[in-house]
Amino acid sequence: MLAIMRKEIKSYFYAPVAYILIGLFILLSSVFFTYNLFMQDPNFHENLETMKFLLIFVVPILTMRIIAEDRKNKTEVLLITSPQSLMSIVLGKFLAAYVVFLVMTAITFIYPIIMVFFGGRVTAQLVGAYIGFILLGAAFISIGVFASSLTENQMIAAIVSFVILLIIWLIEPLGYMFGGILSMILNWISLTSRYGDFAQGLLKVSSIVYYISFAAVFVFLTVRVMEKRRWS
Amino acid sequence: MIEIQNLTKIYGQIKAINNVSFTVEKGEILGFLGPNGAGKSTTMNIITGYLSSTSGSVRVCGYDILEHPTEVKKRIGFLPEQPPVYLDMTVKDFLNFVADIKLVPKKKQKAQIDDIMELTGITDHRNRLIKNLSKGYRQRVGLAQALVGNPEVLILDEPTVGLDPKQIIEIRRLIKALGKEHTIILSSHILPEVSMVCERVVIINKGEIAAVDTPENLSRHIGKSNRLSVTITGPRNSVLGKIRGIGGVTYVEPVESTEKENTTYVIESEKDVDIRKSLFSAMAEAGYSILEMKSLSMSLEDIFLQLITEEKGVEQ
Repeated sequence: MLAIMRKEIKSYFYAPVAYILIGLFILLSSVFFTYNLFMQDPNFHENLETMKFLLIFVVPILTMRIIAEDRKNKTEVLLITSPQSLMSIVLGKFLAAYVVFLVMTAITFIYPIIMVFFGGRVTAQLVGAYIGFILLGAAFISIGVFASSLTENQMIAAIVSFVILLIIWLIEPLGYMFGGILSMILNWISLTSRYGDFAQGLLKVSSIVYYISFAAVFVFLTVRVMEKRRWS
Repeated sequence: MIEIQNLTKIYGQIKAINNVSFTVEKGEILGFLGPNGAGKSTTMNIITGYLSSTSGSVRVCGYDILEHPTEVKKRIGFLPEQPPVYLDMTVKDFLNFVADIKLVPKKKQKAQIDDIMELTGITDHRNRLIKNLSKGYRQRVGLAQALVGNPEVLILDEPTVGLDPKQIIEIRRLIKALGKEHTIILSSHILPEVSMVCERVVIINKGEIAAVDTPENLSRHIGKSNRLSVTITGPRNSVLGKIRGIGGVTYVEPVESTEKENTTYVIESEKDVDIRKSLFSAMAEAGYSILEMKSLSMSLEDIFLQLITEEKGVEQ
């Protein structure tokens, strides 16, 4: 698993994908940061709220190649006929994408740090928002990895994960629309509405468990997809 | 070493392989011969655990592929038809990665990879990106990849396809050398390759096994007649008549005429009749001299064609 993770992280940086994505992410988060500066607002955590919308675009590009490319180039055979289990292959790939995401997120720490130098404070909201952000990232990336296992075409993988993520995004506003019990259910399901608690500095165990299990389910589904292909 | 029993794989409506059974002994080089689409790759993919069979069983070194997949995979090195190499890695990085996923202990990795690179002749290219290598070198890297972890069994799917003649000879020599320490299954649709490298041949056609034997035995058993090539001086029609008069001759055909009076004939006779003596006396009597006489053993290629055509004949 670790070998596969290391190799996948390296391939992200051999190809320009990781650099372009990270560059884009820094550019956009800087744009949001200038808002802090102009409005003289020390709360960076509100920007994370906007930045998590960027994940809908960033994650599909990050994960589209992760399994699809192996199938296309027939290198999948090497992995599957090695003594590695399918679970460790998928987990290795998932973790590789996640590490790149974490690097990307870690770079944005620079904005709150700048703020601290000018008298800002590290608030519970900020820490909570970051924890929520990386948990949300895990759930999103698991969807991207799953989409990548469905096809050998990277573009299709990207589009499928984009559509799934968009639907997940839309669950929250839909919840407001309906109201009543349906609204409660949709709010419970929604990945994004759970993020709200974190941004207020609340670490709810149920939400943390929900994000992690969500990612686990999609990793497991990916393994099933790959397993099933062997039998068909 | 490898036992394959009643292996069947069905893709949707199509039976890719049907009831395939054979065994491979330790230290043997088994040739797996068949035309394109015969089911060679499917069988190999199942043995290595890449695909699952619809029914039937595969045991490698006593382990069943479905019950103990990891044990089986540890013991197999696989070179698929298209070498599974990461184009954006250097040869050395790639082999290190393969050693990692094949669970080769870190301490042994360097020595083992150096040996393998030496053996496959890629030491000089160790720091080049695989995408910049020629087809022949990529194939060698593919073979090197299969050798990592020193598996007891090597499964090589068309290892010489797409190479130039010099590379083919080198790869074949390498495989023969590897056969001393490994059990090898090698698939091919190139017949001379199989008879050159392999000790035993499994011929597969349309997903079913058509024959299993040594290349020599196959020639002997399946050859339905003895064939001679004879060059004789003398008027063609008269010579033909004389030859036809010899007992046991089933078929004569003049092949080529280099000079006016010399003609080469291919003569087929019944399986257990040796016509060489009577041919000599018949020609001596008539005063025609035999310039050359050699027996033509049937090449595996002929047998192969025969097997396939016979199959067709049965079906139509």
